[in-house]
Amino acid sequence: MSFIYDFSSATQAIDQWLKANLSPTGAFVAELALVGLTILLAYAVIGLYLVYAERKVCAFMQNRVGPNRVGKWGLLQTMADLIKLLMKELIPIRKSDKLLFNVAPYLVIIASFLGIAAIPFAKGLHAIDFNIGVFYIMAVSSIGVIGILLAGWSSNSKYSLIGAMRSGAQVVSYELSVGLALLSVVIFSGSMQLSTIVESQANGWWILKGHLPAMISFVIFLIASTAEINRGPFDLAEAESELTAGFHTEYSGIRFAFFFLAEYMNMFIVAAMAATVFLGGWMPFHLGNLEAFNRVMDFIPPVVWFFGKTIFIIYLIMWFKWTFPRLRIDQLLTLEWKYLLPLNLLNTVVIAFLVLMGWYFK
Amino acid sequence: MNADAMKEVELNEIIASKEDGKYIINIGPQHPSTHGVLRFVVSLKGETLEYLIPHCGYIHRGIEKMCENLTYPQIIHLTDRMDYLSAHMNNEAVSLCVENALGIEVPERVKVIRTILSELQRIASHQLWWAAFGMDIGGLTCFFYGLRDREKVLDIFEESFGSRLLHSFICPGGLMQDIHPSFQKRVKEFISYFRKKLPEYDQLLTGNVIFEQRTKGLGILTKAEAIDYGVTGPSGRASGFSCDIRKKHPYSAYDRVEFREILANEGDTYSRYKVRIEEMWESMNIIEQLIDQIPEGSFTAPMKAIIKLPEGEYTQRVETARGELAVYLVSTGDKNPYRMRFRTPNFSNLFVMNHLAAGAKIADLIAISGSLDLVIPDIDR
Repeated sequence: MSFIYDFSSATQAIDQWLKANLSPTGAFVAELALVGLTILLAYAVIGLYLVYAERKVCAFMQNRVGPNRVGKWGLLQTMADLIKLLMKELIPIRKSDKLLFNVAPYLVIIASFLGIAAIPFAKGLHAIDFNIGVFYIMAVSSIGVIGILLAGWSSNSKYSLIGAMRSGAQVVSYELSVGLALLSVVIFSGSMQLSTIVESQANGWWILKGHLPAMISFVIFLIASTAEINRGPFDLAEAESELTAGFHTEYSGIRFAFFFLAEYMNMFIVAAMAATVFLGGWMPFHLGNLEAFNRVMDFIPPVVWFFGKTIFIIYLIMWFKWTFPRLRIDQLLTLEWKYLLPLNLLNTVVIAFLVLMGWYFK
Repeated sequence: MNADAMKEVELNEIIASKEDGKYIINIGPQHPSTHGVLRFVVSLKGETLEYLIPHCGYIHRGIEKMCENLTYPQIIHLTDRMDYLSAHMNNEAVSLCVENALGIEVPERVKVIRTILSELQRIASHQLWWAAFGMDIGGLTCFFYGLRDREKVLDIFEESFGSRLLHSFICPGGLMQDIHPSFQKRVKEFISYFRKKLPEYDQLLTGNVIFEQRTKGLGILTKAEAIDYGVTGPSGRASGFSCDIRKKHPYSAYDRVEFREILANEGDTYSRYKVRIEEMWESMNIIEQLIDQIPEGSFTAPMKAIIKLPEGEYTQRVETARGELAVYLVSTGDKNPYRMRFRTPNFSNLFVMNHLAAGAKIADLIAISGSLDLVIPDIDR
């Protein structure tokens, strides 16, 4: 059972077995296919169950029961929905830009695909471990907005276009805050590699080690990333009560499902990043020299730690989606440019100073 | 050429010239936030609204014309279908008008029950408004909180009248039937329940920073403008226009209860919100004063089988959940009215939309139209 604590032995065993039985090129291709397939599967399962979770959490907030008919506790409800969406007609839109209209959902979903590949789920369970992991995730997550803009533009609908323009302004603005918030931990840990950032939190999570500035960064990251994924009180891009469905008004069937799934996967990526960078990723929670306590914490597998933290943050994000009213576009931009960004810049300077003087728990 | 037609021409010019990135969108007739088949033709520059033209008539059923071929007890059933959220008050308006024309004094029991029903209906209506308004500005949870509590009122209605929305319970001469024996008990239970639940509404929405930013100072209607446009009900009172028919021209049992007329001076979306929340508290006070005072007696005055009004013109005003409903009735002594006319509150309230929303953002348009609490069938009749 030791592989639950360290996946690297298991992955190495598979690697060696493939290399022993196949040519070097064959082994390489087989590994790529294996990793791709695993991520694809994880993507679908996580995405579908996030939709289920959202519906249950939302029902819990609203004095309802939520899905409870298909399967035990409605667990198969989202599967059934997916099958329904797969079988639905893809309605062609007259006078739409056919090429861009068809490409847009794929761009959105590919962006979230690329993002999920770089997330460390557990020790050794990490598809690509770049030395610029944080930068990479920032970069690929901003591809998604191109898909949204294209979707709005090519639909030949004014509602879609307004939604897309809102989304463009919003995502581009809030990316700054997300980047700066992540930068604070990069300064603390001195690395952009996600595995190194996780390792650096073995003796305590950055949110605890980094005093107040790290907590401010965490809160800013949570707000800004919620805005970046067009959710919660910042869901202006689809603003149901104003723009019916915003940029994906004209999409139907599986193309709509792609947007829908990508939204939830982006939420997962954001929550996973927050968990990895601020809350120690798959690292257990350790308290100073309390040997017995630390042992008990170590006993809980890293995968459980990772998903526990991620689910906690996902719950937070859902919580404020279902309790707050929506902001207006000018208020949204004011919040970013006049409050979050200056605060964030100041915070980054303070952190740099703290690190320079060594005034944090090492 | 009237003002609307001129605007229409202007709109066409804008479409033709495509200057400065101006464009036109139709909000409605099928739109999640118009709460019915209402259409706003909106001229936009970016996100900013230049002006809007409300187009109504999508649910025009000719109720006033239909009334001319129906007897007075039959007309009651049509009035339900105007402002379906103030069904009792609509019934009451026509009933009072007919009773005044006949010179009938209804039993005390009827008066008290009518008042209680109107106030229950007002609470139910404001609950639904709160639910929908919360949803309009993006707080989806509000919808379920509002409907949860409205359900309790509808259950009481269902028990006594057999219907939840279109009761047709108040009729000329009194009531259709007596109230259910457990009516008083159920109403008291509801009041004590809702006194606990109403503060939840404030916790969820009222103090929220985002909510206050979205609504404070938005869509300001001054007192003079409210009077000019004839904006009545909570929307008018939020501008300081004292227009509560219950106070000014008491009918039924309103002259024997103590209640405040809720007024605010700001006239913005937030004060329209606050006035309605306060009105729910005040309605509960009215019901509490009356619920133990229902006199024994008959539930209807002795009426002839066929009601014929003496020749003449009659009017009656009542305060519905959205403002002043006036009934104008011309009789030629027949069993049908010669002419029936309803002055519905929503029709007047709708036409301040352009005034309030010009210069605001699309999101504000939704917030403002939500705060006016429009019921579309009441506009079109």
